[in-house]
Amino acid sequence: MTALVTRRALPGSVDRLALAGAALIVLVVLAALLAPWIAPYPADEVDPVNALLPPSGAHWFGTDQVGRDVLTRVLYGGRTSLSIAVAVLAVSAAVGVTLGVVAGYAGGWVRDVIMRVTDVFLAFPALLLSLTLAVVLQPSVTTVVVAIAVTWWPWYARLSAATAASIANRPYVDAARCLGVPAPLVVVRHVLPNSLTPVLVQLSLDAGGVILTAAALSYLGLGAQEPVAEWGLMVQQGQTLFTTNWWVVTFPGLAILVTAFAFNVLGEGLRGALDPRRIVK
Amino acid sequence: MARYLIRRLGQALLVVAGVIVLTFVIMRLVPGDPAVAYAGPKATPEQLAQARERFGLDEPVWVQLGAYVRDLVTGDWGTSLRTRQPVLDDLALAFPASLELVGAALLLAIAVGVPVGVLAARYKTKFPDLGVRVTSMLAVSVPVFWLALALQTVFASNLGWFPVAGEYDDSLNTTSPLTLWTNITIVDALITGNWPIFTSTLRHLVLPALVVAAYPAGVIAQMVRATLIEEASQDHARLERALGFRETSILTRFALRPALNPVLSLIALVFAYAIVNGFLVEAVFNWPGLGRYAVDSIFSGDTPAIAGVTLLVALVYVLANLVVDLLQGVVDPRARAR
Repeated sequence: MTALVTRRALPGSVDRLALAGAALIVLVVLAALLAPWIAPYPADEVDPVNALLPPSGAHWFGTDQVGRDVLTRVLYGGRTSLSIAVAVLAVSAAVGVTLGVVAGYAGGWVRDVIMRVTDVFLAFPALLLSLTLAVVLQPSVTTVVVAIAVTWWPWYARLSAATAASIANRPYVDAARCLGVPAPLVVVRHVLPNSLTPVLVQLSLDAGGVILTAAALSYLGLGAQEPVAEWGLMVQQGQTLFTTNWWVVTFPGLAILVTAFAFNVLGEGLRGALDPRRIVK
Repeated sequence: MARYLIRRLGQALLVVAGVIVLTFVIMRLVPGDPAVAYAGPKATPEQLAQARERFGLDEPVWVQLGAYVRDLVTGDWGTSLRTRQPVLDDLALAFPASLELVGAALLLAIAVGVPVGVLAARYKTKFPDLGVRVTSMLAVSVPVFWLALALQTVFASNLGWFPVAGEYDDSLNTTSPLTLWTNITIVDALITGNWPIFTSTLRHLVLPALVVAAYPAGVIAQMVRATLIEEASQDHARLERALGFRETSILTRFALRPALNPVLSLIALVFAYAIVNGFLVEAVFNWPGLGRYAVDSIFSGDTPAIAGVTLLVALVYVLANLVVDLLQGVVDPRARAR
């Protein structure tokens, strides 16, 4: 009842903001997908003669230290960031949801063991464990994906364990069991599909966080390596030039901000629509 | 309450044990030989063997794990390969600096986040609310290292309003040396009445603390807003409205207190996050905290130091969560059942 009242009291601004987020995401995804066709210059065209040109008609975002077009690299950087986000979330959700649904459905000691392991991973802030792992593995885009996925799956395990546990006691699940449907089939056909809604919302909310973490790792030099176009790496490479050539750092940073903002706003809106009371995971 | 306390403590201990094992496993995966890193590239086979024996690298894995746990418990967190100091000593110097930065940032975040959240709840769906929602989302979405660079460039390098980097002016070490009590510079300067270092630290703190505060301020504002809006639709708020209280005083006098409970648990979560986010800020502002120590250690392949930082932050995180859970158990008996 309270939830209904709260939701009715909040028209307009919430949904409009979430819609704006969705529109921004479509824009960012399109820009990344179409980068090879819409980018004004070839991806890695080095042109030392035209290094560090300020923004102009020929180079909207200016050029970097070796004369590469910053707008082009920002567009290609979107491909890197979005691919990382998709890969991390796919792996985390696959691992997390599988473990979570098993834990939630089985209950008992199975649930206890899985949840305690989850607790251990949750005790490391994502960036910290990613940092530590990124040291162990050779720095690359794949490393970033592995490092972040290792820290991200427990959230999905915890989330889907809770949902699966509540679904496991529903009458239709009991009915399936009574009809002699084997447990794995009950989980796959009945419990899993019904546990997915909160996961989908969480995916949208987490995309922003993953993009920020990936950019941070690359900024520290533990992620994407030259000549890959990656926003965090671009900021790192240009940081000493900030006072004299602001555009080299400003535009990749803005790209991270806009993308993370879009995902966060959309995720927030979705969560608000489904459950106005849950704010922070 | 006693049973709840014991169960919760047991859980925390279990997590700590897991954290130690996980850290141990990760450190075992580090490429390269720590003995080589310690003895140097020109070491003779005898020196290598010595180093290997010294670190117990010639023992089976489970013996090493046992030794590792025993050392940790007795306060031997290993020796940094880079600084050649005991890791725990290094951490004892770096951690207070991080605490100083994160503490200042959290105070700032609460001071800004709570009133802003109240404002948004008071004018929900109107312009101030939209403004707060967008701004708090931007604060949560901004890459900290980029914000740090931007503020540093504009307000330190270009305008010269604030110092570019460091914790305080090094020259003050000779003119007015600091007596250490807590290792937290600003606290030590305050209790020993060392005003030059106090004001210098304060000036150095402003920009990095602002950057670290962005994320928690945004999250706190969103949380306060959401809980207040929910509280304002409860029966007690209806009664207060019927009694003629104004909307603003209903929010600040009656709804805010119950709404601060979730904010409390949020701060514990945000605390550890802010320390790690602070790593990036420390790197930009050359702040002598855990972050700079961690980054330096990472690039010199200093395994014991990295393990130490990882463990310390994870322990702080477990502890923060435990304290908040226990506090909530005291404040709100319903929480004990969970």
